[in-house]
Amino acid sequence: MPERPDIVESLSRLALFADLSHAQIESIAHRFDEAVFAEGERVLRTGLSGGAMYVIIEGEAVVRIEGTERAWFGAGEFFGEIGVLLDELPNADVEAKTLLRCLEIPGAQVEPFLVEFPRIMFRMLQAEARRLRITTEWKT
Amino acid sequence: MEDLSPFPPGDYDVVVVGSGPGGLQTSQALARWGIRHAVISKDDAPGGMFRRFPIYERLISWTKPDAPVERGTREYEWYDHNSLLGDGEAAALVPEFMDRSYDVPSRPEMEAALVAFAERAGVRVRYRCEWTGTRRAGDGFVLETSDGEFRCRFAVFAIGVTERWVPPTIPGAELAKHYVDTRPAGAYQGKRVVIIGKRNSGFEIANALLPWAQELVIVSPRPVKIDVLPQSPLRLRYLQPYEEYVRGGAGNYVVDGAIAAIERSNGAVRVVADGTTWPGRLEFDADDVILATGFTAPLQDLRDVGVATTLNDRVPALSPHFESLSTPGIFFAGNISMGSKGPRKHGVAPNSTSVNGFRYNAQVLAGHIAERLGLERERPRLERDQLVPLLLHELSCAPEIWIQKNFLARVVTRSDDGLRDGGIVPLEHFLDAGGEDAVAATIEMDPHAVIYPAVYVRRGGRIEEHELPPHPVHAFGGAGYQRELDLRLKAFLRS
Repeated sequence: MPERPDIVESLSRLALFADLSHAQIESIAHRFDEAVFAEGERVLRTGLSGGAMYVIIEGEAVVRIEGTERAWFGAGEFFGEIGVLLDELPNADVEAKTLLRCLEIPGAQVEPFLVEFPRIMFRMLQAEARRLRITTEWKT
Repeated sequence: MEDLSPFPPGDYDVVVVGSGPGGLQTSQALARWGIRHAVISKDDAPGGMFRRFPIYERLISWTKPDAPVERGTREYEWYDHNSLLGDGEAAALVPEFMDRSYDVPSRPEMEAALVAFAERAGVRVRYRCEWTGTRRAGDGFVLETSDGEFRCRFAVFAIGVTERWVPPTIPGAELAKHYVDTRPAGAYQGKRVVIIGKRNSGFEIANALLPWAQELVIVSPRPVKIDVLPQSPLRLRYLQPYEEYVRGGAGNYVVDGAIAAIERSNGAVRVVADGTTWPGRLEFDADDVILATGFTAPLQDLRDVGVATTLNDRVPALSPHFESLSTPGIFFAGNISMGSKGPRKHGVAPNSTSVNGFRYNAQVLAGHIAERLGLERERPRLERDQLVPLLLHELSCAPEIWIQKNFLARVVTRSDDGLRDGGIVPLEHFLDAGGEDAVAATIEMDPHAVIYPAVYVRRGGRIEEHELPPHPVHAFGGAGYQRELDLRLKAFLRS
């Protein structure tokens, strides 16, 4: 198995962190843990509290409501932020579709993290806007 | 006379690699199930990392020799975070060896207790037998060793997280020494020392050098955060240098910086750091630079047989039963079991890096292997009026769920033939595996580090979460909690 790239290097390739200095990315990599999930393993659970926001470093995740696949996320994308930002319990399960490698930002740390790094907040807002546009286009 | 070379190469159901606390506990737990297994170790005596570390000889977790409960009982384990789990004379050994000059055991005391455990629990090990390679064979594995080949259905690696690890992002790291090469504290008399890393090992060194060094700089990208102390991996007993720094003490600095370079400069070594919580760059000239950047598991060729890793490629990624997420049949015990993350509610990690937590992980692992080998777990029947008292007792003092918070749980199942005690189960497995109606009790910690009991009920495949209120002295066995449980388990008991 080829040697995996260092996590700092992996994070610096993601659009979410594109505006950060190397030192800032290193500090993020030191502050938050990597979480790895097996194919089929649950990352977020419907109705259970205490969740986190996840940024996918490698692999794919799927959102499942009542057993039906509703959305997919890949490397560079994030999920779990809605429950954290709105302080609500997840209304869906999120599962690993492949071996999934994420950076995990525990719920209580998301707000201070985004306030500390406004450029990440801006990039997240852009991504949310794109998601909203797709939803709107789909509805019209 | 003791057989000095038990377990010749050959076929076994399970092979355990390692003779530190993780390997010893796993062997003891497998033996209780009557599982045929071999234990091999490259060392020549038991003890693992405690034969050498911590360098400055004091542990960080407590053992209370005089507790309000009897030594050797399950309840006593809550007061003794260092002893392995054994029966009779093999139980609660660490307090026997403590001279009580500190509130925690010393390294030699811990090592002596582990040697005694191996002897009294009858854990036999093939010492000086080094695991050198791994390959798949049929539905199992072949472990190549310095003594020959061991074939097994399941392999358990309790090999520690002991190999030096230096982040590839530190240029010039070869000019520094790793933590493991740190010399006796007096050797740093009058020196300027830069320590890279703010984990326990970094502060352990800094604390020991306080009386000797001329100047101490501790630097790493992550700031020290102890506002939510129980969720910080840092232990206060090493934090004296940090306290001196934040009070404005001279010659002692704790800096948040990413290392841009380590280079030679006028006979000294210069460490260049870019601020992570402040703008700009600082340079420190030092006589000695010590890398307290941590350790990685010595996985040898396990990545080649498919073992996926986590935490920046430092440990294997594990299932709730401590099996490789990507290579079924390969398990890990000891502090490598930190690769099993659990539900991580509120981001709280289990205590799997230390003996207090991983001793229970080893029991769970052995029980799981036993089931895979077709052995049946005893699941005693419970009457309905026994359910709430059992859960209240567990929430009050069960060491497994108090130490492995939100990670291990006491489970009771309900099917057509009534209630059954399911024992201690990984909570993540309970939440995700489905199955018969059941209840799981555990202890949790919220984002403000408040400890409270929690109960999860599985009915018709769905999970309900019930968080109970906290209590100032954690007395979760009283009448108020009984009423809460009666109420919340009513539907479960009725259906």
